[in-house]
Amino acid sequence: MSTYHFDQSMTGLLSCVYRSFQFKDFDVKLASNNSQASLFDECIEVASNDEHAERVWRGLKQKITAESLRSFYYCFLSEQEEAHQHLFNFCIYVFKNTHSVDRNYAHADILAVSQWAKQVGREKHRMEAFVRFKKCQDELFLSLVQPDFNVLPLIERHFRNRYQDQRWLIYDERRNFGIYYDLTAVHQVEMDVDQIDHAHKVGHSQSFSVELDDDELLYDQLWKDYFKSINIEARKNIKLHVQYVPKRYWRYMNEKTI
Amino acid sequence: MTDRIREKLQILADAAKYDVSCSSSGSNRKNKNQGLGNTGNGICHSYTEDGRCVSLLKILFSNVCIFDCSYCVSRRSNDVKRAAFTVQEVVDLTINFYRRNYIEGLFLSSGIFKSADFTMERMLQVVKKLRLEENFNGYIHLKTIHGASQEIITEAGLYVDRMSINLEMPTEVGLKQFAPEKSHAEVQKDLGIVRDRLIQLTDERRVIQHVPKFVPAGQTTQMVVGAHQEKDKDIILMADHHYKVYQLKRVYFSGYIPINEQEKMLPVVGSAPPLLRENRLYQSDWLMRFYGFDAQEIVNDQHPNLDLDIDPKLSWALRNPEHFPVDIQHADYRMILRVPGIGVQSAKKIVQARRFGQIHIDQLKRMGIAYNRAQYFIRCADTPKFKKEQQANQIRQHILQSGQSKYQKQLSPQLGFGF
Repeated sequence: MSTYHFDQSMTGLLSCVYRSFQFKDFDVKLASNNSQASLFDECIEVASNDEHAERVWRGLKQKITAESLRSFYYCFLSEQEEAHQHLFNFCIYVFKNTHSVDRNYAHADILAVSQWAKQVGREKHRMEAFVRFKKCQDELFLSLVQPDFNVLPLIERHFRNRYQDQRWLIYDERRNFGIYYDLTAVHQVEMDVDQIDHAHKVGHSQSFSVELDDDELLYDQLWKDYFKSINIEARKNIKLHVQYVPKRYWRYMNEKTI
Repeated sequence: MTDRIREKLQILADAAKYDVSCSSSGSNRKNKNQGLGNTGNGICHSYTEDGRCVSLLKILFSNVCIFDCSYCVSRRSNDVKRAAFTVQEVVDLTINFYRRNYIEGLFLSSGIFKSADFTMERMLQVVKKLRLEENFNGYIHLKTIHGASQEIITEAGLYVDRMSINLEMPTEVGLKQFAPEKSHAEVQKDLGIVRDRLIQLTDERRVIQHVPKFVPAGQTTQMVVGAHQEKDKDIILMADHHYKVYQLKRVYFSGYIPINEQEKMLPVVGSAPPLLRENRLYQSDWLMRFYGFDAQEIVNDQHPNLDLDIDPKLSWALRNPEHFPVDIQHADYRMILRVPGIGVQSAKKIVQARRFGQIHIDQLKRMGIAYNRAQYFIRCADTPKFKKEQQANQIRQHILQSGQSKYQKQLSPQLGFGF
């Protein structure tokens, strides 16, 4: 048993797969670069190598269906060590078999990858739903979010297709980067969150320190009114409500207060 | 100004909330010429405290109505605040909510003021303004007004994604009693107009390359459940008939929420809405649409009502023990889908996975099937060889005892007496 330390990037992960085939070393535990080395295992630092990763990726493309490749990418974006391990085992299993096995859901790693992909897909969908733009004075539509997984790369296309005639910015407070659309293309940007949302570490309600558009307050209020009016009191079911809109998102949704 | 629009929105959203349809899927309108919005698989942007999703801005254009349907809040004889939007107000609300990613689009309904055509004409103005002037490509669901003319319905169809008109009561008798001005024949006529136009355009598409989009997300309808003494059989067969004849995308069921104090034939104000029954009806609806069940298999003359304790799929399985146990390794996908505790996703996974080898119990569990329920109806690689066959009522007892229904407390079928 050996432990591979890598930098948590996709290139790094695929380089690990490359190395394990290079050395015929398949019983591997993955760990991040800065994690503590275990006492008995052999620890190996695997450097990210673009060429090696490229080769493994091309291999995957040949061996598995487009759908599985998508699951693979989604699963990777979960940024969980456990998911990385499943991805690694997934690759080993797929490459060791000559015929296509990426739909053998009876295999633990294949199933796990598809389940992780499902979780990330859900988070992506939730972000497409729960993003709330605030219109700023300079006509920028701004939204701060804190998704569980790194889904901004996945939702970019959706928002680009939908809002083509307004400038918008969706900013991930946890991972400290955002996607910004400037009416022609989407760019990745970084900024100082503390400046805009000073309470984001405390977790109280959002308090923007940005100049908002004159109409913003009105529509914000109208939306809250609307949200209240369409509730049917006789059918009240808070448990279901919280299940659909978990509390960790409330901070970022103007119709809910926390 | 601000207060007036707030009040209007509160009144007209409150009156619209009994329409349950909120789906925003089924259409694929693209964002063209750098416009605003598109439609896709549908997104629920929020959920109210009753657990229903908020996908569209669901409002009435006006709650002034010349009809007097006794189950409706906005009926003529009811003493409620009345309000009406202007065309521009609805457009502004929709656009501004949409830009902030609050909604997927607009669901516009209305009380009937002056006449059906006059009302429909106003609603059409909203829709046209959104599409033609604002280049808005989001989802629009338009309610067909009872008794509107064919011309105006077909014109509206060119701009909206979905149209719907409510059957209101599952039986003609119920409808006559509570909504004397309405009839099922009229509703079916309106559904027929859109269906025929759709068929005609599909035919034309074979010869002509560019045929305009027409109600791309199809039609739906809605029935009130629990207001009259209808049986579940009436409701499900009615739904089935409309799926088949009018090619509806969805039939919605809405548990009646008592709002009328005068009408003595309706449930008393304050009594609990039949939520569990509504849930069972939706389960049956899913069985018909996704699980290949025929309406007659779910309810028939021997079993006119659904079992409230167990779901309709399980009760079908218990009534038809001759189809079980199902061999997971070899059975048809169709048959695997009929096993209680196995859903569409798991059934697909099973069919994929069994090509690679024997399927075992632990694998089934990991794939996500409800094994507690399914175990009585399946055989797989490591099922004990000499498993005792159990009687239907024994299985029923086992399943009922093994889990507590999450609906038990919340959605009790017990009558609430409202005191």
